[in-house]
Amino acid sequence: MASSVARRLGVFVLSLLAASVVIFLIAQALPGDVARIMLGNEASQADVDALRAQLGLDRPLPVRYLEWMGGLLHGDAGTSYLSGAPVSELIAPRLGVTLWLTGLALVLAVLVAVPLGMVAALHRRDAGGFVVSAVAQVGMAVPAFVAGIVLVAVFSVRLHLLPATGYVPLRSDPLGWARSLVLPVVALAAVQASVLTRYVRSAFIDVLTEDYYRTARAVGWTRGLAMLRHGLRNASLSLVTVLGLQLASVLVGAIVIEQVFVLPGLGQLLLEAVAQKDVLVVQGIVMLLVVFVLLINALVEVAAVALDPRVGEEVA
Amino acid sequence: MSLLEVDGLTVAFGRGAPAIRDVCLRVDAGQRLGVIGESGSGKTVTALAIMGLLAENARLSGSIRIDGDELIGRSDRELARLRGDKLGMIFQEPLSALDPTMRSGRQVAEVLRLHEGAAAGAARERVLAMLAEVGFDDPERVADSYPFQLSGGQRQRVLTAMALINSPDLVICDEPTTALDVTVQATVLGVLDRVLSDAGAACLFISHDLAVVSQLCSDIAVMLDGQIVERGSTADIFDQPQHPYTRGLVATARLDLVAPGDRLPVIGDFYAGERR
Repeated sequence: MASSVARRLGVFVLSLLAASVVIFLIAQALPGDVARIMLGNEASQADVDALRAQLGLDRPLPVRYLEWMGGLLHGDAGTSYLSGAPVSELIAPRLGVTLWLTGLALVLAVLVAVPLGMVAALHRRDAGGFVVSAVAQVGMAVPAFVAGIVLVAVFSVRLHLLPATGYVPLRSDPLGWARSLVLPVVALAAVQASVLTRYVRSAFIDVLTEDYYRTARAVGWTRGLAMLRHGLRNASLSLVTVLGLQLASVLVGAIVIEQVFVLPGLGQLLLEAVAQKDVLVVQGIVMLLVVFVLLINALVEVAAVALDPRVGEEVA
Repeated sequence: MSLLEVDGLTVAFGRGAPAIRDVCLRVDAGQRLGVIGESGSGKTVTALAIMGLLAENARLSGSIRIDGDELIGRSDRELARLRGDKLGMIFQEPLSALDPTMRSGRQVAEVLRLHEGAAAGAARERVLAMLAEVGFDDPERVADSYPFQLSGGQRQRVLTAMALINSPDLVICDEPTTALDVTVQATVLGVLDRVLSDAGAACLFISHDLAVVSQLCSDIAVMLDGQIVERGSTADIFDQPQHPYTRGLVATARLDLVAPGDRLPVIGDFYAGERR
Protein backbone atom coordinates (compact mmCIF):
# COMPACT_ATOMS: atom_id res chain seq x y z
CA MET A 1 0.00 0.00 0.00
CA ALA A 2 2.69 2.49 1.08
CA SER A 3 4.86 1.74 -1.94
CA SER A 4 1.97 2.23 -4.34
CA VAL A 5 1.13 5.59 -2.74
CA ALA A 6 4.78 6.59 -3.08
CA ARG A 7 4.78 5.50 -6.72
CA ARG A 8 1.68 7.52 -7.49
CA LEU A 9 3.12 10.54 -5.71
CA GLY A 10 6.27 10.18 -7.81
CA VAL A 11 4.24 10.07 -11.01
CA PHE A 12 2.31 13.14 -9.83
CA VAL A 13 5.49 15.16 -9.21
CA LEU A 14 7.07 14.09 -12.51
CA SER A 15 3.90 15.03 -14.41
CA LEU A 16 3.95 18.46 -12.79
CA LEU A 17 7.62 18.97 -13.71
CA ALA A 18 7.05 17.90 -17.31
CA ALA A 19 3.99 20.15 -17.53
CA SER A 20 5.92 23.12 -16.15
CA VAL A 21 8.60 22.77 -18.86
CA VAL A 22 6.00 22.55 -21.63
CA ILE A 23 3.98 25.47 -20.24
CA PHE A 24 7.12 27.60 -19.90
CA LEU A 25 8.31 26.92 -23.45
CA ILE A 26 4.90 27.57 -25.00
CA ALA A 27 4.46 30.81 -23.04
CA GLN A 28 7.88 31.97 -24.20
CA ALA A 29 7.03 31.12 -27.79
CA LEU A 30 3.93 33.35 -27.78
CA PRO A 31 4.33 35.91 -30.56
CA GLY A 32 4.93 39.54 -29.52
CA ASP A 33 7.09 41.20 -26.92
CA VAL A 34 5.78 42.42 -23.60
CA ALA A 35 8.27 45.31 -23.47
CA ARG A 36 7.15 46.53 -26.88
CA ILE A 37 3.51 46.25 -25.83
CA MET A 38 4.19 48.21 -22.64
CA LEU A 39 6.06 51.02 -24.35
CA GLY A 40 3.94 51.20 -27.50
CA ASN A 41 4.94 51.13 -31.16
CA GLU A 42 6.44 54.60 -31.02
CA ALA A 43 9.19 53.67 -28.55
CA SER A 44 12.77 53.30 -29.72
CA GLN A 45 14.46 49.92 -29.88
CA ALA A 46 16.95 51.10 -27.24
CA ASP A 47 14.17 51.84 -24.77
CA VAL A 48 12.56 48.47 -25.45
CA ASP A 49 15.88 46.68 -24.91
CA ALA A 50 16.43 48.58 -21.70
CA LEU A 51 13.00 47.54 -20.40
CA ARG A 52 13.64 43.92 -21.42
CA ALA A 53 16.87 43.99 -19.42
CA GLN A 54 15.06 45.56 -16.50
CA LEU A 55 12.39 42.81 -16.58
CA GLY A 56 15.11 40.16 -16.87
CA LEU A 57 13.86 39.01 -20.27
CA ASP A 58 17.32 39.21 -21.86
CA ARG A 59 18.63 36.30 -19.80
CA PRO A 60 18.81 32.78 -21.27
CA LEU A 61 15.73 30.50 -21.12
CA PRO A 62 17.07 27.93 -18.59
CA VAL A 63 17.90 30.69 -16.13
CA ARG A 64 14.41 32.16 -16.39
CA TYR A 65 12.81 28.71 -16.12
CA LEU A 66 14.77 27.88 -12.96
CA GLU A 67 13.95 31.26 -11.48
CA TRP A 68 10.24 30.68 -12.13
CA MET A 69 10.30 27.15 -10.74
CA GLY A 70 12.31 28.25 -7.71
CA GLY A 71 9.67 30.89 -7.03
CA LEU A 72 6.82 28.39 -7.46
CA LEU A 73 8.42 26.04 -4.92
CA HIS A 74 8.30 28.90 -2.42
CA GLY A 75 4.72 29.68 -3.36
CA ASP A 76 5.72 32.73 -5.38
CA ALA A 77 4.43 32.76 -8.95
CA GLY A 78 6.20 36.04 -9.77
CA THR A 79 4.74 39.43 -10.62
CA SER A 80 2.83 40.62 -13.65
CA TYR A 81 5.09 42.53 -16.07
CA LEU A 82 2.30 44.91 -16.88
CA SER A 83 0.62 45.71 -13.60
CA GLY A 84 3.45 44.82 -11.25
CA ALA A 85 0.98 42.97 -9.02
CA PRO A 86 1.89 39.50 -7.74
CA VAL A 87 0.43 36.81 -10.03
CA SER A 88 -1.16 35.06 -7.06
CA GLU A 89 -3.05 38.24 -6.16
CA LEU A 90 -4.34 38.52 -9.72
CA ILE A 91 -5.50 34.92 -9.71
CA ALA A 92 -7.07 34.70 -6.24
CA PRO A 93 -10.22 36.81 -6.76
CA ARG A 94 -10.92 35.13 -10.10
CA LEU A 95 -10.40 31.57 -8.98
CA GLY A 96 -13.80 31.37 -7.25
CA VAL A 97 -15.71 32.29 -10.41
CA THR A 98 -14.05 29.58 -12.49
CA LEU A 99 -14.30 26.95 -9.76
CA TRP A 100 -18.02 27.60 -9.23
CA LEU A 101 -18.63 27.56 -12.96
CA THR A 102 -16.78 24.29 -13.67
CA GLY A 103 -17.84 22.55 -10.45
CA LEU A 104 -21.53 23.33 -10.84
CA ALA A 105 -21.45 22.48 -14.54
CA LEU A 106 -19.89 19.07 -13.81
CA VAL A 107 -22.43 18.33 -11.06
CA LEU A 108 -25.31 19.37 -13.29
CA ALA A 109 -23.94 17.29 -16.17
CA VAL A 110 -23.79 14.20 -13.94
CA LEU A 111 -27.25 14.79 -12.49
CA VAL A 112 -28.70 15.04 -16.00
CA ALA A 113 -26.61 12.39 -17.74
CA VAL A 114 -26.94 9.49 -15.30
CA PRO A 115 -30.76 9.20 -15.33
CA LEU A 116 -30.96 10.01 -19.05
CA GLY A 117 -28.26 7.47 -19.92
CA MET A 118 -30.01 4.85 -17.82
CA VAL A 119 -33.33 5.48 -19.54
CA ALA A 120 -31.62 5.38 -22.93
CA ALA A 121 -30.04 2.01 -22.06
CA LEU A 122 -33.22 0.44 -20.70
CA HIS A 123 -35.28 1.70 -23.65
CA ARG A 124 -32.61 1.28 -26.30
CA ARG A 125 -34.99 -0.69 -28.50
CA ASP A 126 -37.94 1.71 -28.41
CA ALA A 127 -38.76 5.31 -29.30
CA GLY A 128 -37.95 6.82 -25.89
CA GLY A 129 -34.38 5.57 -25.94
CA PHE A 130 -33.95 6.72 -29.52
CA VAL A 131 -35.08 10.25 -28.67
CA VAL A 132 -32.64 10.48 -25.73
CA SER A 133 -29.77 9.22 -27.89
CA ALA A 134 -30.64 11.58 -30.72
CA VAL A 135 -30.83 14.61 -28.41
CA ALA A 136 -27.50 13.66 -26.85
CA GLN A 137 -25.98 13.30 -30.31
CA VAL A 138 -27.15 16.78 -31.30
CA GLY A 139 -26.05 18.21 -27.94
CA MET A 140 -22.53 16.92 -28.52
CA ALA A 141 -22.33 18.79 -31.81
CA VAL A 142 -23.39 22.17 -30.36
CA PRO A 143 -20.40 24.24 -29.15
CA ALA A 144 -20.80 25.64 -25.61
CA PHE A 145 -20.62 29.25 -26.80
CA VAL A 146 -23.48 28.70 -29.27
CA ALA A 147 -25.53 27.15 -26.47
CA GLY A 148 -24.65 30.20 -24.36
CA ILE A 149 -25.73 32.67 -27.04
CA VAL A 150 -29.03 30.84 -27.62
CA LEU A 151 -29.72 30.76 -23.86
CA VAL A 152 -29.03 34.50 -23.59
CA ALA A 153 -31.26 35.23 -26.58
CA VAL A 154 -34.15 33.31 -25.05
CA PHE A 155 -33.90 33.82 -21.28
CA SER A 156 -32.33 37.29 -21.10
CA VAL A 157 -33.24 39.16 -24.25
CA ARG A 158 -36.69 37.75 -24.89
CA LEU A 159 -38.01 36.63 -21.49
CA HIS A 160 -35.94 38.98 -19.26
CA LEU A 161 -35.68 36.21 -16.68
CA LEU A 162 -31.95 36.12 -16.07
CA PRO A 163 -29.00 38.48 -16.55
CA ALA A 164 -27.10 38.03 -19.82
CA THR A 165 -23.71 38.99 -18.44
CA GLY A 166 -21.81 39.81 -15.27
CA TYR A 167 -21.08 38.14 -11.99
CA VAL A 168 -22.18 38.85 -8.42
CA PRO A 169 -20.01 37.47 -5.62
CA LEU A 170 -21.73 34.85 -3.47
CA ARG A 171 -21.08 36.73 -0.22
CA SER A 172 -22.52 40.04 -1.28
CA ASP A 173 -25.76 38.69 -2.77
CA PRO A 174 -26.46 34.92 -2.86
CA LEU A 175 -29.56 35.24 -5.02
CA GLY A 176 -27.84 37.52 -7.50
CA TRP A 177 -24.90 35.10 -7.52
CA ALA A 178 -27.17 32.19 -8.38
CA ARG A 179 -28.97 34.20 -11.06
CA SER A 180 -25.68 35.25 -12.64
CA LEU A 181 -24.45 31.63 -12.84
CA VAL A 182 -27.56 29.83 -14.12
CA LEU A 183 -27.10 30.48 -17.83
CA PRO A 184 -23.31 29.97 -18.00
CA VAL A 185 -23.52 26.76 -15.97
CA VAL A 186 -26.34 25.38 -18.13
CA ALA A 187 -24.50 26.31 -21.34
CA LEU A 188 -21.31 24.63 -20.15
CA ALA A 189 -23.11 21.57 -18.73
CA ALA A 190 -25.25 20.96 -21.83
CA VAL A 191 -22.34 19.77 -23.95
CA GLN A 192 -20.76 17.79 -21.12
CA ALA A 193 -24.06 16.16 -20.23
CA SER A 194 -24.53 15.09 -23.84
CA VAL A 195 -21.11 13.49 -24.00
CA LEU A 196 -21.59 11.89 -20.61
CA THR A 197 -25.05 10.56 -21.49
CA ARG A 198 -23.49 8.55 -24.31
CA TYR A 199 -20.95 7.05 -21.91
CA VAL A 200 -23.57 6.32 -19.26
CA ARG A 201 -25.80 4.68 -21.86
CA SER A 202 -23.10 2.34 -23.12
CA ALA A 203 -21.90 1.58 -19.57
CA PHE A 204 -25.43 0.55 -18.61
CA ILE A 205 -25.93 -1.44 -21.81
CA ASP A 206 -22.84 -3.38 -20.76
CA VAL A 207 -24.48 -3.97 -17.39
CA LEU A 208 -27.60 -5.38 -19.09
CA THR A 209 -25.53 -8.22 -20.53
CA GLU A 210 -23.85 -9.05 -17.23
CA ASP A 211 -24.73 -12.23 -15.37
CA TYR A 212 -25.11 -10.38 -12.07
CA TYR A 213 -27.82 -8.22 -13.65
CA ARG A 214 -29.68 -11.37 -14.67
CA THR A 215 -29.28 -12.70 -11.12
CA ALA A 216 -30.70 -9.45 -9.74
CA ARG A 217 -33.68 -9.84 -12.08
CA ALA A 218 -34.07 -13.49 -11.07
CA VAL A 219 -34.34 -12.65 -7.36
CA GLY A 220 -37.15 -10.22 -8.04
CA TRP A 221 -35.84 -6.77 -9.00
CA THR A 222 -37.62 -5.05 -11.86
CA ARG A 223 -35.44 -3.81 -14.72
CA GLY A 224 -34.99 -0.26 -13.41
CA LEU A 225 -34.35 -1.26 -9.80
CA ALA A 226 -31.93 -4.05 -10.79
CA MET A 227 -30.05 -1.39 -12.73
CA LEU A 228 -29.96 1.01 -9.77
CA ARG A 229 -29.10 -1.55 -7.09
CA HIS A 230 -26.51 -3.56 -8.99
CA GLY A 231 -25.72 -1.64 -12.15
CA LEU A 232 -25.01 1.88 -10.93
CA ARG A 233 -21.96 1.10 -8.85
CA ASN A 234 -20.48 -1.23 -11.45
CA ALA A 235 -21.11 1.27 -14.23
CA SER A 236 -19.66 4.12 -12.18
CA LEU A 237 -16.31 2.29 -12.12
CA SER A 238 -15.81 3.24 -15.74
CA LEU A 239 -17.74 6.52 -15.48
CA VAL A 240 -15.50 8.15 -12.83
CA THR A 241 -12.56 7.70 -15.21
CA VAL A 242 -14.49 9.37 -18.01
CA LEU A 243 -15.48 12.17 -15.64
CA GLY A 244 -11.85 12.76 -14.67
CA LEU A 245 -10.92 13.04 -18.34
CA GLN A 246 -13.85 15.35 -19.02
CA LEU A 247 -12.69 17.80 -16.38
CA ALA A 248 -9.98 19.11 -18.69
CA SER A 249 -12.50 19.82 -21.43
CA VAL A 250 -14.86 21.47 -18.93
CA LEU A 251 -12.06 23.84 -17.91
CA VAL A 252 -11.40 24.74 -21.53
CA GLY A 253 -15.14 25.20 -22.04
CA ALA A 254 -15.28 27.45 -18.97
CA ILE A 255 -12.67 29.78 -20.49
CA VAL A 256 -14.87 30.22 -23.56
CA ILE A 257 -18.07 30.57 -21.55
CA GLU A 258 -16.49 33.26 -19.36
CA GLN A 259 -16.01 35.32 -22.53
CA VAL A 260 -19.61 34.84 -23.66
CA PHE A 261 -21.08 35.84 -20.29
CA VAL A 262 -18.38 38.37 -19.36
CA LEU A 263 -17.55 36.54 -16.13
CA PRO A 264 -14.41 37.78 -14.35
CA GLY A 265 -12.85 34.33 -14.07
CA LEU A 266 -9.47 32.80 -14.80
CA GLY A 267 -10.30 32.43 -18.46
CA GLN A 268 -10.75 36.14 -18.91
CA LEU A 269 -7.51 36.87 -17.09
CA LEU A 270 -5.71 34.23 -19.15
CA LEU A 271 -6.86 35.57 -22.50
CA GLU A 272 -5.96 39.14 -21.48
CA ALA A 273 -2.53 37.99 -20.36
CA VAL A 274 -1.94 36.06 -23.59
CA ALA A 275 -2.91 39.10 -25.68
CA GLN A 276 -0.53 41.32 -23.74
CA LYS A 277 2.20 38.66 -23.54
CA ASP A 278 2.16 38.92 -19.76
CA VAL A 279 4.04 35.65 -19.66
CA LEU A 280 4.26 35.01 -15.93
CA VAL A 281 0.49 35.43 -15.52
CA VAL A 282 -0.11 32.99 -18.41
CA GLN A 283 2.28 30.46 -16.89
CA GLY A 284 0.77 30.85 -13.44
CA ILE A 285 -2.81 30.26 -14.59
CA VAL A 286 -2.05 27.33 -16.87
CA MET A 287 0.12 25.72 -14.21
CA LEU A 288 -2.73 26.07 -11.72
CA LEU A 289 -5.15 24.41 -14.16
CA VAL A 290 -2.71 21.55 -14.71
CA VAL A 291 -2.33 21.01 -10.94
CA PHE A 292 -6.09 20.96 -10.77
CA VAL A 293 -6.57 18.35 -13.50
CA LEU A 294 -3.83 16.13 -12.07
CA LEU A 295 -5.29 16.38 -8.57
CA ILE A 296 -8.76 15.46 -9.78
CA ASN A 297 -7.41 12.50 -11.71
CA ALA A 298 -5.60 11.35 -8.57
CA LEU A 299 -8.92 11.65 -6.74
CA VAL A 300 -10.54 9.59 -9.50
CA GLU A 301 -8.08 6.78 -8.79
CA VAL A 302 -8.95 6.95 -5.11
CA ALA A 303 -12.65 6.89 -5.99
CA ALA A 304 -12.13 3.84 -8.19
CA VAL A 305 -10.53 2.03 -5.25
CA ALA A 306 -13.39 3.04 -2.99
CA LEU A 307 -15.99 1.82 -5.51
CA ASP A 308 -14.37 -1.45 -6.50
CA PRO A 309 -13.41 -3.79 -3.65
CA ARG A 310 -11.18 -5.78 -6.01
CA VAL A 311 -8.82 -2.86 -6.77
CA GLY A 312 -8.21 -2.16 -3.07
CA GLU A 313 -7.37 -5.80 -2.49
CA GLU A 314 -4.80 -5.89 -5.27
CA VAL A 315 -3.10 -2.76 -3.99
CA ALA A 316 -2.86 -3.98 -0.40
CA MET B 1 -53.50 -29.23 -10.85
CA SER B 2 -49.71 -29.32 -10.91
CA LEU B 3 -47.47 -26.62 -9.46
CA LEU B 4 -46.02 -25.81 -12.87
CA GLU B 5 -47.96 -26.43 -16.06
CA VAL B 6 -46.43 -25.51 -19.39
CA ASP B 7 -48.57 -26.12 -22.45
CA GLY B 8 -47.80 -25.61 -26.12
CA LEU B 9 -45.05 -23.11 -25.30
CA THR B 10 -43.45 -21.69 -28.42
CA VAL B 11 -40.80 -18.96 -28.26
CA ALA B 12 -39.26 -17.07 -31.16
CA PHE B 13 -36.88 -14.11 -31.12
CA GLY B 14 -37.50 -11.14 -33.39
CA ARG B 15 -38.41 -12.44 -36.83
CA GLY B 16 -36.43 -15.65 -36.39
CA ALA B 17 -37.68 -19.23 -36.47
CA PRO B 18 -38.95 -20.56 -33.11
CA ALA B 19 -36.20 -21.50 -30.64
CA ILE B 20 -38.60 -23.89 -28.89
CA ARG B 21 -41.83 -25.37 -30.28
CA ASP B 22 -44.88 -26.70 -28.52
CA VAL B 23 -43.15 -27.52 -25.23
CA CYS B 24 -45.33 -29.17 -22.56
CA LEU B 25 -44.14 -29.79 -19.00
CA ARG B 26 -45.72 -30.72 -15.67
CA VAL B 27 -43.98 -30.37 -12.32
CA ASP B 28 -45.90 -31.29 -9.16
CA ALA B 29 -45.19 -29.79 -5.75
CA GLY B 30 -41.90 -31.22 -4.46
CA GLN B 31 -41.23 -33.11 -7.70
CA ARG B 32 -37.87 -32.89 -9.46
CA LEU B 33 -37.88 -32.93 -13.23
CA GLY B 34 -34.64 -33.05 -15.16
CA VAL B 35 -34.58 -31.46 -18.62
CA ILE B 36 -31.77 -32.87 -20.65
CA GLY B 37 -30.46 -31.95 -24.06
CA GLU B 38 -27.45 -30.60 -25.88
CA SER B 39 -26.57 -26.88 -26.04
CA GLY B 40 -28.92 -25.07 -28.38
CA SER B 41 -31.75 -27.56 -27.78
CA GLY B 42 -33.86 -24.87 -26.05
CA LYS B 43 -33.48 -25.88 -22.39
CA THR B 44 -32.37 -22.47 -21.19
CA VAL B 45 -34.97 -20.64 -23.32
CA THR B 46 -37.64 -22.80 -21.66
CA ALA B 47 -36.30 -21.97 -18.19
CA LEU B 48 -36.02 -18.24 -18.86
CA ALA B 49 -39.54 -18.21 -20.35
CA ILE B 50 -40.92 -19.66 -17.11
CA MET B 51 -39.00 -17.03 -15.11
CA GLY B 52 -40.14 -14.25 -17.44
CA LEU B 53 -36.53 -13.29 -18.08
CA LEU B 54 -36.33 -13.65 -21.86
CA ALA B 55 -34.97 -10.76 -23.94
CA GLU B 56 -37.50 -8.07 -24.82
CA ASN B 57 -37.71 -9.17 -28.44
CA ALA B 58 -38.96 -12.66 -27.49
CA ARG B 59 -42.42 -13.64 -28.76
CA LEU B 60 -44.20 -16.20 -26.59
CA SER B 61 -47.29 -18.24 -27.28
CA GLY B 62 -48.89 -21.08 -25.37
CA SER B 63 -49.38 -21.20 -21.63
CA ILE B 64 -47.21 -21.17 -18.48
CA ARG B 65 -49.16 -21.56 -15.24
CA ILE B 66 -47.94 -21.55 -11.64
CA ASP B 67 -50.61 -22.85 -9.24
CA GLY B 68 -53.05 -22.36 -12.05
CA ASP B 69 -52.17 -18.68 -12.60
CA GLU B 70 -51.23 -17.79 -16.16
CA LEU B 71 -47.83 -16.03 -16.42
CA ILE B 72 -47.71 -15.21 -20.12
CA GLY B 73 -48.87 -11.65 -20.71
CA ARG B 74 -48.28 -10.53 -17.13
CA SER B 75 -46.31 -7.31 -16.60
CA ASP B 76 -42.67 -7.39 -15.53
CA ARG B 77 -43.65 -5.83 -12.21
CA GLU B 78 -46.08 -8.67 -11.45
CA LEU B 79 -43.61 -11.35 -12.53
CA ALA B 80 -40.85 -9.72 -10.46
CA ARG B 81 -42.98 -10.31 -7.36
CA LEU B 82 -42.95 -14.06 -8.09
CA ARG B 83 -39.26 -14.23 -8.88
CA GLY B 84 -37.08 -14.76 -5.84
CA ASP B 85 -40.17 -15.58 -3.80
CA LYS B 86 -42.23 -18.39 -5.34
CA LEU B 87 -39.72 -19.05 -8.11
CA GLY B 88 -35.99 -19.33 -7.55
CA MET B 89 -33.30 -19.75 -10.18
CA ILE B 90 -29.67 -20.85 -10.07
CA PHE B 91 -27.54 -20.14 -13.11
CA GLN B 92 -24.67 -21.75 -14.92
CA GLU B 93 -21.94 -19.16 -14.32
CA PRO B 94 -21.29 -18.86 -10.58
CA LEU B 95 -18.13 -16.82 -11.21
CA SER B 96 -19.95 -13.87 -12.77
CA ALA B 97 -23.47 -14.23 -11.36
CA LEU B 98 -22.86 -12.27 -8.16
CA ASP B 99 -22.50 -8.48 -8.02
CA PRO B 100 -18.72 -8.00 -7.72
CA THR B 101 -19.07 -4.79 -5.70
CA MET B 102 -21.33 -6.09 -2.93
CA ARG B 103 -20.57 -8.39 0.01
CA SER B 104 -22.23 -11.78 -0.46
CA GLY B 105 -24.18 -11.62 2.79
CA ARG B 106 -25.83 -8.39 1.68
CA GLN B 107 -26.76 -9.94 -1.64
CA VAL B 108 -28.53 -12.79 0.15
CA ALA B 109 -30.17 -10.43 2.67
CA GLU B 110 -31.42 -8.27 -0.17
CA VAL B 111 -33.54 -11.11 -1.55
CA LEU B 112 -35.10 -11.55 1.86
CA ARG B 113 -35.84 -7.87 2.34
CA LEU B 114 -37.08 -7.40 -1.20
CA HIS B 115 -39.94 -9.85 -0.67
CA GLU B 116 -40.57 -9.84 3.05
CA GLY B 117 -39.48 -6.39 4.14
CA ALA B 118 -37.55 -8.02 6.99
CA ALA B 119 -35.58 -5.69 9.29
CA ALA B 120 -31.81 -5.58 8.81
CA GLY B 121 -30.98 -7.29 12.13
CA ALA B 122 -33.41 -10.16 11.68
CA ALA B 123 -32.34 -10.55 8.05
CA ARG B 124 -28.71 -11.02 9.10
CA GLU B 125 -29.63 -13.92 11.40
CA ARG B 126 -31.58 -15.67 8.67
CA VAL B 127 -28.86 -15.08 6.11
CA LEU B 128 -26.27 -16.70 8.38
CA ALA B 129 -28.60 -19.64 9.02
CA MET B 130 -29.18 -20.05 5.28
CA LEU B 131 -25.45 -19.89 4.55
CA ALA B 132 -24.88 -22.58 7.19
CA GLU B 133 -27.58 -24.63 5.50
CA VAL B 134 -25.81 -24.54 2.13
CA GLY B 135 -22.79 -26.05 3.84
CA PHE B 136 -20.63 -23.18 5.05
CA ASP B 137 -18.88 -23.84 8.37
CA ASP B 138 -18.05 -20.13 8.70
CA PRO B 139 -21.14 -18.25 7.51
CA GLU B 140 -19.98 -15.00 9.18
CA ARG B 141 -16.82 -14.88 7.10
CA VAL B 142 -18.62 -15.81 3.88
CA ALA B 143 -21.29 -13.17 4.47
CA ASP B 144 -18.60 -10.51 4.89
CA SER B 145 -16.66 -11.64 1.82
CA TYR B 146 -16.84 -10.09 -1.60
CA PRO B 147 -17.53 -12.59 -4.40
CA PHE B 148 -13.95 -12.39 -5.69
CA GLN B 149 -12.76 -13.69 -2.32
CA LEU B 150 -14.78 -16.90 -2.75
CA SER B 151 -14.16 -19.93 -4.98
CA GLY B 152 -16.52 -21.00 -7.78
CA GLY B 153 -18.14 -23.70 -5.68
CA GLN B 154 -18.56 -21.30 -2.76
CA ARG B 155 -20.15 -18.70 -5.01
CA GLN B 156 -22.58 -21.26 -6.40
CA ARG B 157 -23.59 -22.12 -2.84
CA VAL B 158 -24.14 -18.41 -2.08
CA LEU B 159 -26.34 -18.26 -5.19
CA THR B 160 -28.17 -21.36 -3.96
CA ALA B 161 -28.76 -19.58 -0.65
CA MET B 162 -30.15 -16.57 -2.56
CA ALA B 163 -32.48 -18.79 -4.59
CA LEU B 164 -33.78 -20.68 -1.56
CA ILE B 165 -33.93 -18.15 1.27
CA ASN B 166 -37.57 -17.28 0.59
CA SER B 167 -38.56 -20.98 0.50
CA PRO B 168 -39.67 -21.00 -3.13
CA ASP B 169 -42.13 -23.60 -4.42
CA LEU B 170 -40.06 -24.15 -7.55
CA VAL B 171 -36.31 -23.80 -8.11
CA ILE B 172 -35.02 -23.76 -11.66
CA CYS B 173 -31.39 -24.88 -11.92
CA ASP B 174 -29.77 -24.13 -15.28
CA GLU B 175 -26.63 -26.29 -15.50
CA PRO B 176 -25.58 -25.20 -12.00
CA THR B 177 -22.50 -27.40 -11.87
CA THR B 178 -21.27 -27.30 -15.46
CA ALA B 179 -18.70 -24.59 -14.79
CA LEU B 180 -17.32 -26.33 -11.70
CA ASP B 181 -14.69 -29.05 -11.53
CA VAL B 182 -15.82 -32.55 -10.75
CA THR B 183 -15.09 -32.76 -7.02
CA VAL B 184 -16.71 -29.38 -6.38
CA GLN B 185 -19.61 -30.48 -8.59
CA ALA B 186 -20.33 -33.37 -6.22
CA THR B 187 -20.35 -31.05 -3.19
CA VAL B 188 -22.69 -28.54 -4.80
CA LEU B 189 -25.05 -31.28 -6.03
CA GLY B 190 -25.09 -32.79 -2.53
CA VAL B 191 -25.96 -29.40 -1.01
CA LEU B 192 -28.65 -28.80 -3.64
CA ASP B 193 -30.19 -32.22 -3.03
CA ARG B 194 -30.34 -31.60 0.72
CA VAL B 195 -31.71 -28.04 0.69
CA LEU B 196 -34.35 -28.91 -1.91
CA SER B 197 -35.52 -31.80 0.28
CA ASP B 198 -35.46 -29.69 3.44
CA ALA B 199 -37.47 -26.94 1.79
CA GLY B 200 -39.77 -29.41 0.06
CA ALA B 201 -39.27 -27.36 -3.10
CA ALA B 202 -39.93 -28.67 -6.58
CA CYS B 203 -37.09 -28.41 -9.06
CA LEU B 204 -36.64 -28.07 -12.79
CA PHE B 205 -33.06 -29.19 -13.32
CA ILE B 206 -31.52 -28.40 -16.67
CA SER B 207 -28.40 -30.20 -17.78
CA HIS B 208 -26.65 -31.85 -20.70
CA ASP B 209 -25.28 -34.48 -18.33
CA LEU B 210 -27.58 -37.46 -17.82
CA ALA B 211 -25.44 -38.78 -14.98
CA VAL B 212 -25.87 -35.52 -13.01
CA VAL B 213 -29.61 -35.37 -13.69
CA SER B 214 -30.17 -38.97 -12.62
CA GLN B 215 -28.56 -38.23 -9.23
CA LEU B 216 -31.10 -35.55 -8.44
CA CYS B 217 -34.28 -36.09 -10.42
CA SER B 218 -37.11 -38.58 -10.27
CA ASP B 219 -38.29 -37.73 -13.79
CA ILE B 220 -36.61 -36.70 -17.00
CA ALA B 221 -37.67 -34.86 -20.16
CA VAL B 222 -35.39 -35.07 -23.18
CA MET B 223 -35.16 -31.99 -25.38
CA LEU B 224 -33.90 -31.94 -28.94
CA ASP B 225 -33.97 -29.09 -31.46
CA GLY B 226 -36.47 -27.06 -29.47
CA GLN B 227 -38.91 -29.86 -28.76
CA ILE B 228 -39.42 -32.43 -26.04
CA VAL B 229 -38.91 -35.82 -27.68
CA GLU B 230 -39.27 -38.14 -24.71
CA ARG B 231 -40.28 -38.06 -21.06
CA GLY B 232 -40.57 -40.55 -18.26
CA SER B 233 -39.30 -41.58 -14.86
CA THR B 234 -35.51 -41.64 -14.51
CA ALA B 235 -35.58 -45.44 -14.17
CA ASP B 236 -37.65 -45.88 -17.34
CA ILE B 237 -35.45 -43.54 -19.34
CA PHE B 238 -32.39 -45.54 -18.35
CA ASP B 239 -33.97 -48.97 -18.80
CA GLN B 240 -36.14 -48.46 -21.86
CA PRO B 241 -35.08 -45.39 -23.82
CA GLN B 242 -37.44 -44.99 -26.80
CA HIS B 243 -36.10 -42.18 -28.94
CA PRO B 244 -32.79 -42.99 -30.67
CA TYR B 245 -31.29 -39.75 -29.30
CA THR B 246 -32.19 -40.83 -25.76
CA ARG B 247 -30.62 -44.26 -26.39
CA GLY B 248 -27.43 -42.44 -27.39
CA LEU B 249 -27.54 -40.33 -24.23
CA VAL B 250 -28.01 -43.36 -22.02
CA ALA B 251 -25.20 -45.28 -23.72
CA THR B 252 -22.75 -42.38 -23.34
CA ALA B 253 -23.75 -41.99 -19.67
CA ARG B 254 -23.11 -45.70 -18.95
CA LEU B 255 -19.47 -45.91 -19.85
CA ASP B 256 -19.04 -48.45 -17.03
CA LEU B 257 -20.78 -50.96 -19.30
CA VAL B 258 -18.20 -50.62 -22.06
CA ALA B 259 -15.64 -53.44 -22.08
CA PRO B 260 -12.00 -52.32 -21.87
CA GLY B 261 -10.53 -51.95 -25.33
CA ASP B 262 -13.89 -51.38 -27.03
CA ARG B 263 -14.61 -48.12 -28.77
CA LEU B 264 -16.58 -45.66 -26.59
CA PRO B 265 -20.12 -45.04 -27.84
CA VAL B 266 -21.09 -41.63 -29.23
CA ILE B 267 -24.59 -40.25 -29.76
CA GLY B 268 -24.07 -40.34 -33.52
CA ASP B 269 -24.05 -44.17 -33.29
CA PHE B 270 -27.71 -44.03 -32.27
CA TYR B 271 -29.17 -40.85 -33.71
CA ALA B 272 -28.15 -39.27 -36.98
CA GLY B 273 -30.42 -36.20 -36.72
CA GLU B 274 -31.01 -33.56 -39.33
CA ARG B 275 -27.80 -31.68 -38.57
CA ARG B 276 -25.42 -34.61 -38.18
